[in-house]
Amino acid sequence: METVTLTIKKAPTLYLEAEIISPDGLAGKTADQIRALPVHMGNEEFTLGEFFDLAGAPGATAEETKVVVTGDLSRVKYLGMKMSGGEMVIESDADMYVGAWMSGGTLTAKGNVDSFAGIGMKGGLLEINGNAGNYTGSAYRGDWRGMQGGKIHVKGNVRSDTGYFMNGGEIVIDGDADVHVGTHAEGGKIVIKGNAKSRLGGQMVEGTIILLGTVDVMMPGFKYVRDEEVDVDGKNMLMSLYVGDLGERHRKRKGEPIYGKLYIRKAAPAAAESREVRLARAREARKARFASPEETASA
Amino acid sequence: MAEYLIRNGFVFDPVSGVNGDRKDIAVKDGKIVESVSPSAKVFDAAGKTVMAGAVEIHAHIAGPKVNEGRNYRPEDKLFNAASGVGGMRTTGGFSIPTTFKTGYNYAKMGYTTAIEAAMPPLYARHVHEEIRDTPIIDEGALPVFGNNWFVLEYLKNRELENTAAYISWLLRASKGYGVKVVNPGGTEAWGWGLNCLTVNDPVPYFDITPAQIVRGLIEANEYLGLPHSMHIHANNLGNPGNYTTTLDTFRLAEGFKANNRFGREQTMHHTHVQFHSYGGDTWGNFESKSDEIIDYVNTHPNLTIDTGNVTLDETTTMTADGPFEHHLTELNHLKWANVDVELETAAGIVPYVYSPDIKVCAIQWAIGLELGLLAKDPMRCFITTDHPNAGPFTRYPRIIKWLMSKEAREERLNTFKHAEKVIGATLLHGIDREITFYELAQMTRAGPAKALGLKDVYGGLAPGMEADIAVYDINPESPFTPDQLEEAFSAAALVIKTGLPVVENGVVINNGNKRTLWVDAKVNENPQVMRDVEEKFLKYYSVTLNNYEVQGHHYIPNPYAIQVDATQ
Repeated sequence: METVTLTIKKAPTLYLEAEIISPDGLAGKTADQIRALPVHMGNEEFTLGEFFDLAGAPGATAEETKVVVTGDLSRVKYLGMKMSGGEMVIESDADMYVGAWMSGGTLTAKGNVDSFAGIGMKGGLLEINGNAGNYTGSAYRGDWRGMQGGKIHVKGNVRSDTGYFMNGGEIVIDGDADVHVGTHAEGGKIVIKGNAKSRLGGQMVEGTIILLGTVDVMMPGFKYVRDEEVDVDGKNMLMSLYVGDLGERHRKRKGEPIYGKLYIRKAAPAAAESREVRLARAREARKARFASPEETASA
Repeated sequence: MAEYLIRNGFVFDPVSGVNGDRKDIAVKDGKIVESVSPSAKVFDAAGKTVMAGAVEIHAHIAGPKVNEGRNYRPEDKLFNAASGVGGMRTTGGFSIPTTFKTGYNYAKMGYTTAIEAAMPPLYARHVHEEIRDTPIIDEGALPVFGNNWFVLEYLKNRELENTAAYISWLLRASKGYGVKVVNPGGTEAWGWGLNCLTVNDPVPYFDITPAQIVRGLIEANEYLGLPHSMHIHANNLGNPGNYTTTLDTFRLAEGFKANNRFGREQTMHHTHVQFHSYGGDTWGNFESKSDEIIDYVNTHPNLTIDTGNVTLDETTTMTADGPFEHHLTELNHLKWANVDVELETAAGIVPYVYSPDIKVCAIQWAIGLELGLLAKDPMRCFITTDHPNAGPFTRYPRIIKWLMSKEAREERLNTFKHAEKVIGATLLHGIDREITFYELAQMTRAGPAKALGLKDVYGGLAPGMEADIAVYDINPESPFTPDQLEEAFSAAALVIKTGLPVVENGVVINNGNKRTLWVDAKVNENPQVMRDVEEKFLKYYSVTLNNYEVQGHHYIPNPYAIQVDATQ
């Protein structure tokens, strides 16, 4: 595998759109050809060479190419977009659309990335060592075909709308997730190792969400069915299975509807008990409130 | 104005009966002329095909429904937006392109006139603003009448003159071109959560049937003597077994005579007939009934149709047939937009993917082509995709390829996932006919122009007609592959619009001088209708009359009004 290194030499005044920076975009090209490739800022077109220094050389094909991008990339969008093979490493923070629509290869972002990382992803591995923004592994705005395959691993936290319209593949979040996870999902698997806030699996049709931490508010469209052992990183864990979203259509297999699955760590017995006590108290309070005057009098 | 001479091309012009002869076409002051002076600019069309600019009879290309499609489908512009070059504007979109892209793409294919197929009168101002922003092509818009409360009430009481007076008023208020009917009565029934699936289903509250609406509107159309006939999208669109409803609808036009001074012969134009030619009673035994449909069309000269060819693309369906769109979203589970337009109409929008791997889609594809190939009179059967419903209009060159080449359509047919089942459920495999260049000019130029009452203006190359001309880089006398045919019709070598070169070598070079067509039909003063209009605006409409009418330079900077006098 040949390595080509691009180092950003001046910060873009606006945001630089550089979808050409990927193993597919650079493979088989000479240094001069690479420097002449187009990038966009605002409504103007520039050459890659105006913003990046080049070292090394790409391989003949994407599979044989490793691209390393260094320097302050916090104003560069679309890095690794549509990559189909090979390897790419982003050494620092990057802006939106990292690895968007990628279909193969390995893309590692060592810092934080902004929103829309891995949207419409079809295959390959996208590793984000820092935090990711909104709409990680989601569908493009308006589209119903979100992430189809491959894997996204975020080692930090994600903001909202992860896996929106997810159809396949896997998203693993080591940290916490903000609201709206797996909204409208029709397949795929999302694992949240930290905590979630609310709206897990809203309007989810199919697919799986596994939450190892806590959730602030559950969706009303999910119901508890049973406890199941779930394999997480090779370890079996006993978890509570909730199915939903009950407000959505669900196709049937052998007469049985297929639901979206939401696994939540089984609550400790003490907590379960206190919930029962709490519910009983609420029931009593309600009874008292709606009881007729006669009943109250006779009581 | 400049003079042009298009020299030595193979000319196909049904209007003057020229079938592939090598001829020169002369242009002066925006019109076709017999000859020009030696100083005329010469285009060498040797080895190329020359036709009049094509005429689109039915497409959804402007207005609130199209724009809502653009709004709620940002993904339609993903990866296809382009910035403007030279004097051209930024473009984007595939099935619902921007207005600018709409104009440019029609022009590139040699289309110079188009009719927007469904204008909600209440939003006519929006329709005209979009038409104004669609460069190059001349455009008219058909306001919808088939579910309009005035029309339903007048027709229920059999008040022909009032119906005609209302049509005349609404055409002027909305700057409309003709009488469009979409799912007569059914869209109004949708307000009650119902539909009209046959021509005899009563419309709730109004207690009138689709048959009465259709016959009444044909009668009023001919009473006025409008250039175009009543233009219908019948009940029961898109359902297995619906061909009987279509035949019932065709029969409603029997007994009427075309009355107009424009040379139009039909009294009914039935649009996107592909969607109305289905046999079977489930999606499982869904099959083509194009033979039954086209047999009726072939033997009834009072009828014209357009095909509504499925192009096997991802597209955005949109129609004033509100209940149908709800039915569709229940089928494909994709996002649904629904709009009610007060006293007038409604609309729905749902994205749709016509996949070659789905049997029903492939059968629909075959039916559209069968209609074009089985029609005996190409002057009465026109090519459309009901853009964007069966596919984007930019696929016309591909449909032309399939119609003109058995080899090309057999290749497509035999590579469907369910090829055998599709062949079993359709007639296409057994049809050998290949449409000729002359017939193509009839189906895309002379035919639709005549059906619109514009036979002396558009669709031909006879002296005195508008100088709308398309030159294609294909030699009809030497061998060519089907793909070369598609390529040639995708990007014309030269397009002249009203005497102005707008496309050269497949590239748009000029924003043209577009006009908006509308019909100014004069009737005797009718105080009752005017009182009804005022009353309904006071009682029901959310806007006043002053905010309703399409007036002035802002909406129609370059009008082309066709005068009709029905005062008696």
